[in-house]
Amino acid sequence: MIKKNDLLLIVAIVFISLAAFAFMFLSRKEGSKLIVYVGGKEHATFSLDEDVEYTVKQENGAYNTFIIKDGKVDMIAASCPDKLCVKDRSIHYSNDTIVCLPNNVVLQIAGGEEGDVDIIAK
Amino acid sequence: MKSSKISRYGLLIALAFILSYVEALIPPPVPIPGIKLGLANLVVLAGLYAMGVKEAFVLSFIRIILVGLTFGNMSTMLFSLAGGILSWLVMALLKQVKGFSQVGVSVAGGVSHNIGQIITAIFVTENINIIYYLPFLLLSGLITGAVIGVLGAMIIKRIKKL
Repeated sequence: MIKKNDLLLIVAIVFISLAAFAFMFLSRKEGSKLIVYVGGKEHATFSLDEDVEYTVKQENGAYNTFIIKDGKVDMIAASCPDKLCVKDRSIHYSNDTIVCLPNNVVLQIAGGEEGDVDIIAK
Repeated sequence: MKSSKISRYGLLIALAFILSYVEALIPPPVPIPGIKLGLANLVVLAGLYAMGVKEAFVLSFIRIILVGLTFGNMSTMLFSLAGGILSWLVMALLKQVKGFSQVGVSVAGGVSHNIGQIITAIFVTENINIIYYLPFLLLSGLITGAVIGVLGAMIIKRIKKL
């Protein structure tokens, strides 16, 4: 019952996904700093060179704790119910993010070359 | 409303609940809360083929609200709404195009469901980098859509007989 156009669609989607993966994989570079966004606004910036443990606390009691160790950022604790951000992988490539949507906290890696600023924020 | 229509609605909404429950047991494809597999799309697909475009929209809307109130919260409902409406639109349009079977329509529905969710997540976090999750969601939408397309065809056959 599968028709020709179905297969074309499937092949097109697979192709686009693989192309996107390849592009992301080939163009990724090591980041140099971490930017913490709270509620869509920049809250703090850290260098990836220094190991640190930091907790973002918000007025409503929400908290997110992350560590920077060996140039990688990992979320280790959070007040959100699903803890998806804690389970998420550690990040260190430029533009990688760890998102805690319930608390509206985004950890984003930026930078890559000297003097290169790779921040996209709205 | 004819009793056959009422019973079809009833069956499909009940199915939507069960599928949403099963979906809640499976971990999300990417670590963004509210982004789900979209198994309940099967109900919208079945509604499209066994009932009609308007009925499919009603099904989509009711299952999002009811399931959202039962299993989720305001934010998951927002993602569901974005994904659900976009996928209903895409499926309703694609169904009219010759050469696409229920599987293709379902795949398109699954993929657009996830695209709707990603766009919403980008707006909520005001961070464009969420788009990096798109390839994962395209593939997972494809697989879920294909599975639902096959299962959906079986259900559509039986629901039509009611």
